[in-house]
Amino acid sequence: MTTDPNFQLPQQLSTGAAEVDDLYMFVYWFSVIFTAIIVGVMLYSIVKFRRRPGVKAAPVGHNLKLEVAWTVIPLFFIVVLFHLGFKVYVHNAVAQEGALEIRVRGQKWRWEFEYPTGMRVNGEVKIPVNKPVKFVISSEDVLHSFFVPGARAKKDAVPGMYSNVWFTPNTKGPMQVFCAEYCGTSHSGMLATIHVVDDAEFQKFLKEGEGPEPGEEPAAWGKRLYTKNACNTCHSIDGSKSPGPTWKGIWGRDETFTDGGTIKVDENYVKESILKPQAKIVSTFVTTQMPPYTISDKQIDAIIAYMKTL
Amino acid sequence: MGAVSTTAPARSHADTPDPNENYLKATRGIASWLFTLDHKRIGIMYLVLVLIAFALGGTFALLVRLELFTRGRTLMDADMYNRMFTLHGVVMVFLFIIPSIPAALGNFVLPIQLGAKDVAFPRLNLMSLYIYAFGACFAVYSMVDGAVDTGWTFYTPYSTTTNSAVIPMVLGAFIMGFSSILTGVNFLVTVHKLRAPGQTWTRLSLFTWALYATSIIQVLATPVLAITLLLLTMERFLGLGIFDPKLGGDPVLFQHFFWFYSHPAVYIMIVPGMGVVNEILSTFSRRAIVGYMFVAMSSLALALLGFLVWGHHLFVSGMSEYATMVFSALTFLVAIPSGVKVFNWVATLWKGSIRLESPMLYALSFIFLFTIGGLTGLFLGVLAIDVHLHDTYFVVAHFHYVMVGGTVMGFVGGLHYWWPKITGKLYDEKMAKFAWFFVFIGFNVTFVAQFIMGSRGMPRRYYDYLPEFEIFHKTSTIGSWILGFGFLTMAVMFVMSLKSGKKSTRNPWGSAALEWQTATPPPLANFVKVPTLTRGPYDYHLATEEELSEK
Repeated sequence: MTTDPNFQLPQQLSTGAAEVDDLYMFVYWFSVIFTAIIVGVMLYSIVKFRRRPGVKAAPVGHNLKLEVAWTVIPLFFIVVLFHLGFKVYVHNAVAQEGALEIRVRGQKWRWEFEYPTGMRVNGEVKIPVNKPVKFVISSEDVLHSFFVPGARAKKDAVPGMYSNVWFTPNTKGPMQVFCAEYCGTSHSGMLATIHVVDDAEFQKFLKEGEGPEPGEEPAAWGKRLYTKNACNTCHSIDGSKSPGPTWKGIWGRDETFTDGGTIKVDENYVKESILKPQAKIVSTFVTTQMPPYTISDKQIDAIIAYMKTL
Repeated sequence: MGAVSTTAPARSHADTPDPNENYLKATRGIASWLFTLDHKRIGIMYLVLVLIAFALGGTFALLVRLELFTRGRTLMDADMYNRMFTLHGVVMVFLFIIPSIPAALGNFVLPIQLGAKDVAFPRLNLMSLYIYAFGACFAVYSMVDGAVDTGWTFYTPYSTTTNSAVIPMVLGAFIMGFSSILTGVNFLVTVHKLRAPGQTWTRLSLFTWALYATSIIQVLATPVLAITLLLLTMERFLGLGIFDPKLGGDPVLFQHFFWFYSHPAVYIMIVPGMGVVNEILSTFSRRAIVGYMFVAMSSLALALLGFLVWGHHLFVSGMSEYATMVFSALTFLVAIPSGVKVFNWVATLWKGSIRLESPMLYALSFIFLFTIGGLTGLFLGVLAIDVHLHDTYFVVAHFHYVMVGGTVMGFVGGLHYWWPKITGKLYDEKMAKFAWFFVFIGFNVTFVAQFIMGSRGMPRRYYDYLPEFEIFHKTSTIGSWILGFGFLTMAVMFVMSLKSGKKSTRNPWGSAALEWQTATPPPLANFVKVPTLTRGPYDYHLATEEELSEK
């Protein structure tokens, strides 16, 4: 990333970010000056008017003019502030005509993106630079919130309803996505990346879909998928306790299920556990619900390859 | 006011408590405390309980910050961390801050400031104490039976579906709410009906006005929380579909119900703190508060306007843009009365006669830190900016500036100020200043780092974080140790005062206020003779030299 234009704020990665930042800095400098005046008068007073023998405090009279002034002048400021804030908000709230629509589904603890072609990808989404994109957001379970700091965009993902957020990315490269509404154990692990690419690359991706990097070995791709598909938010790889069974030593491991059945972990079991996780539940993990995944056989193969290395 | 006699006429009976005796000595034994009707003893018992709550909530905070010192797991796993931050919030909000100033300091001071013998309903007062303690037991039970991992805001559907001990915790808060409501009723009637002769509404202390406004909020808002928590319990326990869409409910409805109470609740927290600042500022500037009527009315304005802004917690919840616009506009309005207070306080200092003893350090800190907290509220009221800042550490820093930099400074300042009145003893002033210094520095280090990482995009309630935020988290954690050290020193100082503090004179601060005109500590009936007031508590130009004497 290039150097920050401003220590307090992230990079401006959308066309709408600058006007939000301008507002922020306006309020910031107003606050700094206001505080400096208040503190200045306070510090001056406690020095100049410290208690001295024989010197009395000045009597307090009525100064209606002053009282009215410092009630009305701030009122004027806040009307200005409200108006500016509202203008920018409305502009950023109503999606531009013809925006690319991406469907976003949040579920503990992953973000799933669906393209207009119906293709679904977990944990990352590719969008074309300099074109408006509208994210249509919902949740499959509890409240989540889709937060893209680089675009100064955020909207809660609410089960049972659609919400949306839009922006026009102006810089090629990655944009961080966070979940910003507390949602349980791996709330802080519910991350995603928006990859802003040029339009040609985006069209190519829409046609060809998701695959490994050129020259990438299946196990290495599987390792990337482990994080991208948010498997990491429930399955540790070092044997430590996690909401789902650890993947350390998983390949060929004997598992016992809640219905008493047993299995040695193999390709079929892994595939079933990804596509229909509720079919068999390891007996020590009754309380956690894994969401079903719709991912390609190629991805499942890569994940299996990665599992074999653990 | 007239001379207030502090010497008692001779008594003939030794078996009934002497109303002119020092209230700490008038009756003895544990039963005389547990079954007391004396507002002063009830205030002390509340004080002990809220201080224990503060220590507990503070411990949870230190553990949260300790976990965040390094990325990944530091001491605990994510499920434990989520319980730590939830318990920090629940304990601090429901067990500490809501009762703190009104029930601990207010109970003690309010009747004396009115020239009254006690509150209007002393038995109800004792009952409020027991209700609070009973509710706290439910909260403690929840903590040891799996605790809660929902955040103190209990948002649905997470809170209706998680496996933690939500119901006992929520029932605890439900029960404690009644303590708040009944205290509010008691104070309102006390102010209306028990003022001493000559105590007109314009001669009330501004602390009284603040408690009056707070009581209105407590009575009107808390029932809404009670019902909301009850609905939450019914959904969890009986599967009634109110908030969970899988059962036909609406999750955003919970947020509206919850914040309809919890926004006014923050005015229950701050307004008494502002009330304390008036008392300290006037005494240590030896001057009346400038703009008395404006300051009094601003407390009422905050109470009213506080009910109209709850939607600013829901700007990105999926609420309509029209609603967000209305709530943003109303939110800005609520800044005005707070501003009026700050301006009047600064004007009081100007041409005052100022002494910088420890209570004054806390009052001045309040003004500075609350100003910052309030201004950062402006950022959050601006719709476009809130979209970026909502649910980040910026919000966490904002509310800690107003609740700690505001209310806790007010509470601690009031504790220092009225300590001699309550205990009859003085504390070590040097140690008090030393503790204040660490509290002030530690607080700012802890939370300035959080403003910055918040605006840079760091979300809140995160167990783990990206590497770019590590330096801010480390800084904030170190700040928490400095802050903790300050409070620890303060605690030691107060314990030392109880054990071996110097005896206090009647009016160690030379205040013109009514509570300082009766004996220190006060007699059981507060005044040997019911006072007749001829001046207000801030009228230094009308007070006699004897009244203001610190000897």
